[in-house]
Amino acid sequence: MSANFYFGIEVFLNGMMAGVLYSLVALGFVLIFKASGIFNYAQGVMALFAALTLVGFQNGQIPFSHLINAIFGTNIHHFGWHMPAILAIIFTLMVMILFAYLVEKYILKHLVNQEPIILFMATIGLAYFMEGFGDLMWGADIKKLDVGIPQGGNIWLEEHTAFLGGDDFYGFYLDNLDMLATIFAGLLVVSLVLFSQYTKTGRALRAVADDHQAALSVGISLRAIWVIVWSIAGFVALVAGIMWGSKSGVQFSLSLIALKALPVLMLGGFTSIPGAIVGGLIIGVGEKMFEFLIGVPFLGGATENWFAYMLALLFLVFRPQGLFGEKIIERV
Amino acid sequence: MQDSYVTADGRTIGATVMEMKNITLRFGGVTAIKDISFDIREGEVRAIIGPNGAGKSSMLNVINGFYHPQEGEVWFHGKRRHEMKPHQIAKQGIARTFQNIALFKGMSTLDNIMTGRLTHMKSGLFSQMAWWGGAQAEEVANREIVEKVIDFLEIQAIRKTPVGRLPYGFQKRVELGRALAAEPKLLLLDEPMAGMNVEEKEDMSRFILDVNDEFGTTIALIEHDMGVVMDIADRVVVMDYGKKIGDGTPDEVRNNQDVIDAYLGVAHD
Repeated sequence: MSANFYFGIEVFLNGMMAGVLYSLVALGFVLIFKASGIFNYAQGVMALFAALTLVGFQNGQIPFSHLINAIFGTNIHHFGWHMPAILAIIFTLMVMILFAYLVEKYILKHLVNQEPIILFMATIGLAYFMEGFGDLMWGADIKKLDVGIPQGGNIWLEEHTAFLGGDDFYGFYLDNLDMLATIFAGLLVVSLVLFSQYTKTGRALRAVADDHQAALSVGISLRAIWVIVWSIAGFVALVAGIMWGSKSGVQFSLSLIALKALPVLMLGGFTSIPGAIVGGLIIGVGEKMFEFLIGVPFLGGATENWFAYMLALLFLVFRPQGLFGEKIIERV
Repeated sequence: MQDSYVTADGRTIGATVMEMKNITLRFGGVTAIKDISFDIREGEVRAIIGPNGAGKSSMLNVINGFYHPQEGEVWFHGKRRHEMKPHQIAKQGIARTFQNIALFKGMSTLDNIMTGRLTHMKSGLFSQMAWWGGAQAEEVANREIVEKVIDFLEIQAIRKTPVGRLPYGFQKRVELGRALAAEPKLLLLDEPMAGMNVEEKEDMSRFILDVNDEFGTTIALIEHDMGVVMDIADRVVVMDYGKKIGDGTPDEVRNNQDVIDAYLGVAHD
């Protein structure tokens, strides 16, 4: 086998791991969409906000310090302690649960039975509010996120696969962070599926996703379920935020990953958890392989910017419900 | 209040479980229910009948809390019920089925009926996440009750089938199963036989009577079809244009001139 063949495999594997992050963001979208019919534009910002909060806790930043300094003329920035990663993650999770509760109490509760477009607009508002709020709370500078996940290429793997492709091939180069992210994401998805299949709350979540009235009639509180769903979506956002933030720093462009999740959803379908996972992987692999096989040799590269959207467009034309979504049949 | 008595077929009808007092329900300018009072007694099959648009379903929605009447009082187990949300009312032991089947279509028969047990399940979120101790034991115990319901309704063969794929008659039966699994103190059935053929209607009538007979469940049902109701109900409320025009045993109702007029469309001078 030629070295190029192994490069191809390496590109494939890297694409897969990039796809895992897309899948995670898309997963957050699907969870909320299924349970409440809301397309949550703020999912990407939630990931950003979670990552910002995590870094803030870790570094002992004082929230709103800029605002406080500006108003009172003080000069405070840090508490002067450094929090262990695991503790900071737990605190951040608590913040995300509080966030879910507040979203339900101040937004969703008042918009019950409204048109989907109104709920969508509300989440756009929420997204911009959170972006500004995160900025105000933790500052707009790019922050380094380190929760102790090893980074850089895996030397062991590289050395032990170098023999495969002859002199031109130096072994598979895979990032430790990407591999760990893949494992975490896999575990997360498996536990979510088990939770929703085998527990009473999981069953209630699926029930609410299916029929609100019937859910009420068997004693399920929609509001409680919405808080739970937004909390889970917040948790998923936190995981995505950690992975993405460790890789490229916590910066406000993180919220733009939400846009990459859109083609993923169009591919996988808005209502399917497996769809979000598979869609993410297809987009991840697809854009890397396309760049490697066609983009660089023939089109001058940089196809990764638009490949996902092209693919989504094709899907919209030929299979609008996505790979796994429910077919929408309108009765006349 | 009347004392309890024993029916001809040997069932005991007890004290009043639910009492509706002067209920009026309006939607904007339209009065769906106008000053209606009636009671439901323990262990009886109570029917609400009437022509299309008479306000029967609205009445059921008042009982289970989907609608809140502007006037009148709802008394349940001797206490006045204040305005509550439907899921809170479900926890008080009122279960229901819907006219246009409202099942969880993507879920299996078993899972659908398991949701009926939710009001009896108490384990906390963390116990469930860890699938530990309480949560697991609770699942097993409730699963046993659900299996009994499945046996009772003779739907063993479809327990794993997603209900969206089942034929209409079976869906109606699964919906009844979900309500039964809650072991309700009051079971509300909204047109349980709507859209069924004769054979399916007979099956459903048998299940309703068996539920009432074997578990002593109090049942309030809406039915369009007079014939079926007269066979299975102990007492009947007749509604027309949001008003109550008759109340009594099937025989009394059958001979009530107002009821005959409503059904035959005879106009008074």
